[in-house]
Amino acid sequence: MTETLLEIDHLSVDYETARGNLQALRDITFNVKKGEIVGIVGESGCGKSTLISSILRLTAPNTRFRQGEVRFKGSNLLQLSERNMRDLRGDDISIVFQDPMQTHNPVLSIGRQMVDIQHRSKASKSEKLSKAAHMLGAVGIPDPEARLTQFPHEFSGGMRQRIAIAMALMSEPDLLIADEPTTALDATLEVQIIERLQKLQQEFHCAILFISHHLGVIAELCDRVVVMYAGAVVESGDVREIFHNPKHPYTRRLIDCDPGHIKERARVLPTIPGEVPDLANLPGGCIFRDRCDQALPQCAVDVPPLEQLTEGHQAACWLNQEEVHA
Amino acid sequence: MTLLDVNNLQTSYGAVNVLAGVSFSVEPGETYALVGESGSGKTTVIRAIAGLAPAQEGSVTFEGQEIRGLSERAMRPLRKDIAMMFQDPVGSLSPRLTIGSLITEPYRIQGMKGRDLGAEAKRLLEMVNLPAHFADRYPYQLSGGQARRVGVARALALEPKLILADEPTAGLDVSVQGELLNLMNDLREKLGLAMVIITHNLNVVRHVADRMGIMYLGRLVEEGATEAIFSEPRHPYTRCLLSANPEPDPDARLDRIALKGEPPSLLKRPEGCEFRERCPFAKDFCIQTPTWDFTNNRGIRCLAPLS
Repeated sequence: MTETLLEIDHLSVDYETARGNLQALRDITFNVKKGEIVGIVGESGCGKSTLISSILRLTAPNTRFRQGEVRFKGSNLLQLSERNMRDLRGDDISIVFQDPMQTHNPVLSIGRQMVDIQHRSKASKSEKLSKAAHMLGAVGIPDPEARLTQFPHEFSGGMRQRIAIAMALMSEPDLLIADEPTTALDATLEVQIIERLQKLQQEFHCAILFISHHLGVIAELCDRVVVMYAGAVVESGDVREIFHNPKHPYTRRLIDCDPGHIKERARVLPTIPGEVPDLANLPGGCIFRDRCDQALPQCAVDVPPLEQLTEGHQAACWLNQEEVHA
Repeated sequence: MTLLDVNNLQTSYGAVNVLAGVSFSVEPGETYALVGESGSGKTTVIRAIAGLAPAQEGSVTFEGQEIRGLSERAMRPLRKDIAMMFQDPVGSLSPRLTIGSLITEPYRIQGMKGRDLGAEAKRLLEMVNLPAHFADRYPYQLSGGQARRVGVARALALEPKLILADEPTAGLDVSVQGELLNLMNDLREKLGLAMVIITHNLNVVRHVADRMGIMYLGRLVEEGATEAIFSEPRHPYTRCLLSANPEPDPDARLDRIALKGEPPSLLKRPEGCEFRERCPFAKDFCIQTPTWDFTNNRGIRCLAPLS
């Protein structure tokens, strides 16, 4: 069995606000194995960003870790000293952000920035530069040596995102977090980035935690998928299971909503009526109940636990428990 | 009568030739989509139509009237008929005005007096399925989807004949995106609106557009009925673009055609066919310049079109 790299274990995170505690993450549990690509999918406000910042411990000052652990190679990151945490960031765990236009420093050349981030290495400057050029080549930037002297504005959006990936992979991290890296790009560039990530993953064997709300991208890239809704994991499992045999009504509705599924021109596209509940004032029972068309009386009373349905497929829904018990 | 006719529209910023002659037309009640990668000139086209970007050459006629190069004053009465939906939904709303005054601002600008603005605000909010009390909110209190709806309400206030929508669903979640597209489809049917929609989301184009034009480096390279383009793309660039559309199915068989290299610089347009260097189907004779060939409602700019 493959070694587990990252374990999120019953993690609950609050934001202290004037309106009271906002329960941004509740009882999040999933793991990422070595060399695996795990997708996190969910809509705005589902807690994707809070999750990433919790893993990296780059949280806002009003964040409270209420419960649970984030274990990376067995050690709980939430209890690591700031010093040790800093050693980890950018070395063992690195990240590619959403907006390639704002990732780089506009007044420093790409080469300078790529040398700067090797500050931990004892190699000479020329060795660092040649490593930078090698990485640019690896992400498909033509003529990398010459491009090192150029500035961010001299690159297109797709190239800038590939440079961000090159920089994130330079330290050969065990875990790469990619936060919606293709959202700001158009379809052809999106595909370029996905294919590049797949190729690099095979080359560097790092695990990737890939956050996106684009189901097509998740389906294409990921081995496993975690579906989040309003701060909770509602379903997780093998990518084929999730897309072909979704067991949570939210996952089902989300997949139905993707217009990529509908080949004929539709007069009316499917939607999920209703709003995400207020996380500072949580309703009792299942978080998705108000928008669910299959809700049972029990759904108003108890929060459904994330239950194992089959090997590697979990869902948090009372409907499945009915099936199990019947 | 054709509602909007754009003919050989050209825009340059100094030496940068952003639009190199764009022509298309939109009939009343029709939705026309412009697609293409970032930097292909889509936004410049609609901004030039609305008089918000310069256009040095060509013509734009609206209901038969030439509107290119009109002064701001001469353009103002036309803004009743041509409304714009901007790309950034929150950024396009003044942060210091309430939603109510934002969506009734067009009446004030057009000097339409004697209206009960409160009632109008209520009517418009209702039309885009927002609760009436939103009239008192400020833009920062809205979600992205709600801000989009306000953008729609404001565009609809003066009952325009044409809406120019720049990436109306960018940044929206899929379920919210569906709501917005349904709303736009619905209003189009009710009010008989024509629309020009810019998007790079091909899944959206398929559901809203009657016809579509594909842009590359400031030119149309293919145009036709949406279904015809999706079922049989003839320009290699269109084929690449359509094949790059990720499918929400892990087992989808993808016949992906990769584009070579990067988009060329507008400062140094390639000779001959401008797509030649990136084209997986390029032939030796593509060094010649292709012309726009328009037959059977299908336009193409390619010397070696695919069949």
